[in-house]
Amino acid sequence: MRIDPVTLLTILGMALVTYATRVGGFWMMSRITRQAGEGRASPRLEAWLSHIPGAVLISLVVPAVLSQGPEEIMALAATVLVAWRAKNLLLAMLAGVIVVAALRALNVF
Amino acid sequence: MDDPVQFTFDGVANGFRRSLPIGLSVFAYGLVFGVLARQAGLSLLESVLMSGWVFAGASQFVAMDLWVSPLPVPTLILTTLVLNLRHVLMGAAVYPWFAPLRRRQIYPTLFFMTDENWALSMRQYAAGERDGGFLLGSGLMIYLAWLSAAMGGQMLGASIPDPARWGLDFAFTAVFAALLVGMWKGKQDVLPWAAAAATALLTSYWLPGKWYILLGGLAGSLVGAFIDGKRSRVGEPGLQAANPPNLDGKRERNEL
Repeated sequence: MRIDPVTLLTILGMALVTYATRVGGFWMMSRITRQAGEGRASPRLEAWLSHIPGAVLISLVVPAVLSQGPEEIMALAATVLVAWRAKNLLLAMLAGVIVVAALRALNVF
Repeated sequence: MDDPVQFTFDGVANGFRRSLPIGLSVFAYGLVFGVLARQAGLSLLESVLMSGWVFAGASQFVAMDLWVSPLPVPTLILTTLVLNLRHVLMGAAVYPWFAPLRRRQIYPTLFFMTDENWALSMRQYAAGERDGGFLLGSGLMIYLAWLSAAMGGQMLGASIPDPARWGLDFAFTAVFAALLVGMWKGKQDVLPWAAAAATALLTSYWLPGKWYILLGGLAGSLVGAFIDGKRSRVGEPGLQAANPPNLDGKRERNEL
């Protein structure tokens, strides 16, 4: 097994900054609430935090789909439809993957 | 639904199981990473260390692009930091759930927080899940898939087909979209989500990397918080009716 010291240090540096981003948000929130003298988030802070997941997911999905083509838009429609009707994550994922693979293979657009 | 926040082995096992579909697509992309790492000149040990320690797909792929001799070390580390800044927002969102837990449960679990298992876990949290082990278990599934695939890709070399041929590049987008459908609470989500979409779309054209996720997430959540604030100041009577009853129950539980 070969390992280069500079490579090792680079990987370690990348790992440390990544872990810092993973714990940073939680750590900041606990600092803020401790300074406010509470053990938990204030209602206003909690309202903000509760809107983060939806906003982040929208931000992941919309540019990813619109930067592609009609295949991806159709596949998104299929995914949303299956997720809405079947309420099953695996089925919804499969619907999107199958539609996009089929449309690409058929080359209809 | 009204469970207090806890951290159990059952929660870990449940999160692990529920992440199997996501684990499969992570595996496909882990294989690609292993192939790229080998082409970039990393040894098996080096690419396993990177996948095992950094454990962040997007930044690892970008790092392989930048991986030339001599290594541009500051660029690699800085690029990794910028690409992963979205984690800060994600970790903040975990706070109301994880605040009652112990540090030795919180900080190791956060190591395993990725876009995919965070999204799945927050969806579960919104549906009433209170076992913090779910986030850890789902992260462990992704970790296992990512690490074993990096090894496999490195050893198999170039004989791996492009995942896009099977539509697998769309798997993550599909998972995120499906989770979004489950998070939809009604028309109060329209403005925050539109703000997030518009901001993400514009910044994805203007800024490189992953800034658009962080900025879109910030814009959307701030608009949501602003609307909530206005509502509670006005004391809008329709607010209770507009929220599904399980949400109100959850909020009371959080205040215990």
